[in-house]
Amino acid sequence: MTNAGGSAPGGQDFEQVLDHSDARVAQFQRRRTALDRVQHLLHNNPTLVAVFVLLLSLVAFGIVAGERFFSAFNLSLILQQVSIIGMLAAAQSLIIITAGIDLSVAAIMVLMSVIMGNLAVNMGVPTPLAILVGFAGGAAAGAMNGLLITKVKLPPFITTLGTWSIFFALNLWLSGAQSIRSQDIDANAPLLKFFGRSVNVAGAQITYGVVLMIALFVLLWYMLNYTAWGRHVYAIGDDKEAAEMAGIRTDRTLVSVYALAGLVCAIAGWASIGRVGSISPQSFYEGNLQSITAVVIGGISLFGGRGSILGALFGALIVGVFQSGLRIAGVDVLWQVFAIGWLIIIAVAIDQWIRRVSA
Amino acid sequence: MTDRNVPLVQARGIVKRYGHVTAIDHSDFELRHGEILAVIGDNGAGKSSIVKAICGAIQPDEGEILIEGKPVRFSSPIEAREMGIEIVYQTLALSPALSIADNMFTGREIRKPGILGKWFRMLDKPAMERFAREKLNELGLMTVQSIKQPVETLSGGQRQGVAVARAAAFATKFIIMDEPTAALGVKESRRVLELIKEVRARGIAIILISHNMPHVFEVADRIHIHRLGRRLCTIDPRDYTMSDAVAFMTGAKVPEEAAATV
Repeated sequence: MTNAGGSAPGGQDFEQVLDHSDARVAQFQRRRTALDRVQHLLHNNPTLVAVFVLLLSLVAFGIVAGERFFSAFNLSLILQQVSIIGMLAAAQSLIIITAGIDLSVAAIMVLMSVIMGNLAVNMGVPTPLAILVGFAGGAAAGAMNGLLITKVKLPPFITTLGTWSIFFALNLWLSGAQSIRSQDIDANAPLLKFFGRSVNVAGAQITYGVVLMIALFVLLWYMLNYTAWGRHVYAIGDDKEAAEMAGIRTDRTLVSVYALAGLVCAIAGWASIGRVGSISPQSFYEGNLQSITAVVIGGISLFGGRGSILGALFGALIVGVFQSGLRIAGVDVLWQVFAIGWLIIIAVAIDQWIRRVSA
Repeated sequence: MTDRNVPLVQARGIVKRYGHVTAIDHSDFELRHGEILAVIGDNGAGKSSIVKAICGAIQPDEGEILIEGKPVRFSSPIEAREMGIEIVYQTLALSPALSIADNMFTGREIRKPGILGKWFRMLDKPAMERFAREKLNELGLMTVQSIKQPVETLSGGQRQGVAVARAAAFATKFIIMDEPTAALGVKESRRVLELIKEVRARGIAIILISHNMPHVFEVADRIHIHRLGRRLCTIDPRDYTMSDAVAFMTGAKVPEEAAATV
């Protein structure tokens, strides 16, 4: 619309002069530095930062830690180690894209694994049925978060801070604070450990859990980018009021997002039994925050509406690569935590920087 | 076809109260086929309220609304939209990070035909992009580089253009525009005014809420003047001056009822 169109009939008198007006608008000195270009590129593809950091850290640790780090076995071990947090990060991404946050993801996951274990191992319910009950429970727990946020209009942070405690307490109550032992699972409900099984590909141990994590990411990425529902999720995170006015049923969509995230957590709960071997009510206590860490490092904006869910996968992998690389290089665990902390801060700083891009 | 003599919208005795405040006080409203009806009024006169009542954004306590002679009761603007009534909000209701094509189809996306659409619910992005490009072209707005570019990279006038094009693409009855030129410069306002006339030329009626008297007098076929919660009069802009209109809406002058109601 740079054409002034001032000659159109019926214009105001004072607009007649527009015909002779200077058609230029305020211009910036277009001296694009390389940094500007990078900023623009990242603004359009925030996931690139995560991909870049992942590749860089792989190379760096490959040099520092050498063969032991870069073996097929160790790389597949990293995948196994990040698989559960990766799935939680997938659930977390859905919510952070809507400009929300979910502090209860790991609590839902552990609670559902306890429910599955109680039903299948202790109560003799057929394992597939127990798993389905866990899935339904996960979706219901997520929907509860969603309903509190949309219908009671509570902030997501406070809501899920509350439900985190509630789900954790239920989990201790149902489990009697007791773990379900690995042997008991093997004897009564081996299907619960399905995702702990693995195939050996050229020295790499690929568990079904790793395959499941990647499949979940691909599925959710498809849903977010190629379905109307996914576009609505982004639109809500971008500007909820505008989305509402444009005709999106925002509350319904938000509840569906939280319920889906809950379901993904329950799936992660099943997979976690295979990964850990036993069912412990005390496990993954830091999972909530670790999932947020992966999402943030993956370039998904905490302000919503921006970033790709695949970024969260890369974010989880970056954390896994750092932990593995530093351990193999013989660095004390405390410095791993220290490094992850800096990664979070740097990731958010980069997000702020690319959001300030001049159009 | 519908009878062109029956008004497109006719509202009678609309009342809306909020506690002690009466936002709409037994107001009438009429929109005719193919016209641009400007709605003007002082701040707080309730001009937005009466228009919101018509599109379902608020539900009146009393009164009836007829669209093409048939009584309607919308519970939301989304319901009104299903009848071919579109709204261009002052805030535009666009998602900045989404593309022009995504924004045009928000809430009414097209899915691919066959199994991909039905079972995988896959969006038909090429079709949506083609349609969006067509619609922008029709309204002479194709100065944007790409239909896939995010709306946040557009200028204010271009964004307004996208919002108007979206409404024009899907409206079959009429479009409500809330202060479409309020945030724009002189040149961009001109483009939007031409755009409004272009939409009228396609036979779609427009309700234009505006404070800008020169713009109102330029494009409107009739002017609905709202005062103290009700329709004071409807005037033909050819018979009155801008000062008359301002005098009516502020109460400085009282219209001769018979002459004023067109």
